[in-house]
Amino acid sequence: MGLVYAILGAAVAVFLAGAGSAIGVGIAGQAASGVVTEDPSKFAKVLIMQLLPGTQGIYGLLVGFITLSNIGLLGGNAADVSVTVGLEILAACLPIGVVGLISGIYQGKTSAAGIGIIARKPDQFGKAMLFPAMVETYAILSLLISILSITAIKIG
Amino acid sequence: MAVTEMKRINLCAPQSSRKQILEFLQSSGAAELDFTPFEDEDLKKKDTAGRHAIFERNALNADLAIETLDEFCDIKKPAFSSLAGKKFITRKEYEKIIADRKQLVNECSAVISLKNEISACRGKILKLESDIEALSPWLLLDVPFNIKGTKTTAVFFGSLPAAETDEIIFSALTDLKADFKEISKDKNNRYIGVISDMATAAKVKDNLRKIGFALPPLSFKGLPSEYKNELENEIQSLNNEIESKNAEIATYAGRRNAFCILSDYYRIRAEKYRVLDNVPQSEKTFFLSGYIPAYETAKVCSVMSEKYGAVVEEEAASDAPVLLKNSKIPSSFEGVLESFGLPKKGEIDPTAIMSVFYIFLFGLMLSDAAYGLIISLACFFMLKKFPAMEESMKKSVRMFMYCGLSTLFWGILFGGYFGDAPDVISRVFLGRTANKPVIPALWFVPINNPMKLLLYSMLFGLIHLFTGLGIKGFTLIKQKDYKAFFFDVVSWFLLLAGLLLMLLKSSIYASLSGSALPLGKIGSLIAEIMAAVGAVIILLTAGRPSKNIGKRLAKGAYGLYDITSWLSDLLSYSRLLALGLATGVIASVINQMGSMAGKSVFGLILFIAVFIFGHTFNLAINLLGAYVHTNRLQYVEFFGKFYEGGGTYKQAAICRVFRQVLRRRRKEIFTV
Repeated sequence: MGLVYAILGAAVAVFLAGAGSAIGVGIAGQAASGVVTEDPSKFAKVLIMQLLPGTQGIYGLLVGFITLSNIGLLGGNAADVSVTVGLEILAACLPIGVVGLISGIYQGKTSAAGIGIIARKPDQFGKAMLFPAMVETYAILSLLISILSITAIKIG
Repeated sequence: MAVTEMKRINLCAPQSSRKQILEFLQSSGAAELDFTPFEDEDLKKKDTAGRHAIFERNALNADLAIETLDEFCDIKKPAFSSLAGKKFITRKEYEKIIADRKQLVNECSAVISLKNEISACRGKILKLESDIEALSPWLLLDVPFNIKGTKTTAVFFGSLPAAETDEIIFSALTDLKADFKEISKDKNNRYIGVISDMATAAKVKDNLRKIGFALPPLSFKGLPSEYKNELENEIQSLNNEIESKNAEIATYAGRRNAFCILSDYYRIRAEKYRVLDNVPQSEKTFFLSGYIPAYETAKVCSVMSEKYGAVVEEEAASDAPVLLKNSKIPSSFEGVLESFGLPKKGEIDPTAIMSVFYIFLFGLMLSDAAYGLIISLACFFMLKKFPAMEESMKKSVRMFMYCGLSTLFWGILFGGYFGDAPDVISRVFLGRTANKPVIPALWFVPINNPMKLLLYSMLFGLIHLFTGLGIKGFTLIKQKDYKAFFFDVVSWFLLLAGLLLMLLKSSIYASLSGSALPLGKIGSLIAEIMAAVGAVIILLTAGRPSKNIGKRLAKGAYGLYDITSWLSDLLSYSRLLALGLATGVIASVINQMGSMAGKSVFGLILFIAVFIFGHTFNLAINLLGAYVHTNRLQYVEFFGKFYEGGGTYKQAAICRVFRQVLRRRRKEIFTV
């Protein structure tokens, strides 16, 4: 049972954060396509902007992977995880999952707005890139807590 | 780290030396010409608008001709052509093209008119094709389409909605001595021929119209099938015409290069005349004003007055354009500064210090030796292969080269080579069983000890932030604002350093890092005093613009509240850990996935495929992340401490164009 909770934790981290990124990249992608239809030469710049909300999914993957590797699933012989430890791991995975979902969506919206800046003033690329990066800070902070918790949990 | 000091010079000189003076000023890098000081009704501006319009049109025509050639002749552009910059050509080639420019202009027009004729032909073909389309229902008709009937009968053709059945039509024709025959039908319409008595023809038409009858949108003589052949022949001949015109355009393919040079040539001339347009002049003299770097003023003034008989005055510039001056490595990072904002008047240029941190932090975030090596080598070869790359592009490529080297350095420290690829390869394919890494990390492996890297990230952040605060102090001292230096910089330094020492000896820190800083009693007392003194100074002085004591204290308390922004700034550096870990962990996910099929031929093929694809993806996404977040740390955390930016940068394009031309002349080498 403990193992189930632990895997659920990894799953939560991956699917919530991944869903956040997917929504965010989707939102930004719609704005990016609009700009490229008008001016294909801005493709590289808007592509970078579109990718910015993609990092939450990666952070989720990161936590999921560390979790799986800690409980020994990747090596083939899973550790004996008690229910308490399993729940601990689940709790540790929550920050990046939840914050990843929300920040991914909002970073996507901010990116879409930033793409609007690039459409009108391509030379302001540096600033346009900064606004979505602000949102990402909170994903990073939650990632930090998730990683620190998971590496601190003693298994078995 | 230098912002070049600029001075404004105003100059009045005889008309006779106008051309030389303009060229001299522009070639010497006298950046910006500006004519506002001479708004005066007595001074006229030379009207060259007509001429510069002609030049501009010629340039546009050449561009259009180039575009046409690219479109019709399928000229292959090599990959990375956008990196290559402009091609170099010799002076001889250039002069030959300029000598032939009249003929080249005609050739451009010829290409463009060929293109226009082709599009006209295409338009005609479209029209003919739609005619054929409209004709198709009538193809089975075996009488001429323009038949009107006989002496006593009228014949006409038309279409009805498909829903109208024979009965409906017959009922419309009742008592009118008329008959109809269906020629063809499709999903929407029936196509019929109608014959009626001459006398009732008008009535027949009326009745039919009521049930939706419409005359065909065609009129021609003879059988429809013959007419169709006629149209098809016409299309064929138009296609032949297009083909021959295409071939004709293709004969100009070799002139593309010449057209490019021609376009540049006319553009430069047009710009030159635009400058001339703006020069205020009287009958015998003309006036100029502009910004030049202070260190050049003496030289420029003496040349002006001695050689060209000009009267020059210089004055301090109030809102001069910004000219950055950095040595080679920091200058690569000027683009980063530019996209934040150039220094305002009185601010220092932080590029040099920033570049050190930039290289350091970027490498720490990406931290994989193999990735770093790939980036720096790719950038290095790009720089070697395309020496004529555009200047700003060149700077960014060089910037990434340095960042790649730093990534290599950090990768070796942390033992990341495509993540854990050496271990995975040796374990899966070479049968190594030892549990120790093949290439041990020189320092430590972050994933095994994230806490340690977190603390170091905070340390690096602290150094970065304190450097920012230090630069603020330096600027204040330079401006001789000692009061602000003491109240806004020293006070914060005391408070933060004191708090930091108190934190280091506390049990929280001990639980994070394993051991607290042994400060001893006196040490802790000193730390507490430092923090207290700092806090008190801030409380008392942060609101010093306000006269009212209460207001002042309230503002001081609010100033003290800034401590939270320091805390959040510092925490922000935890991204160094997060991004560093992300690179390594995703890389090991990729390696793990690749090695899933085990040791076999298929396993090896799978591994290579996953390895190439996966690591390319990982490199790209983390390169982007490192770039974005290094920028953020510079812009928000670092610049937030001392730098506002927002200086004007208005080095006019005209001067740049001129300078290029003149430089070309000197080197006897021209860029196209």
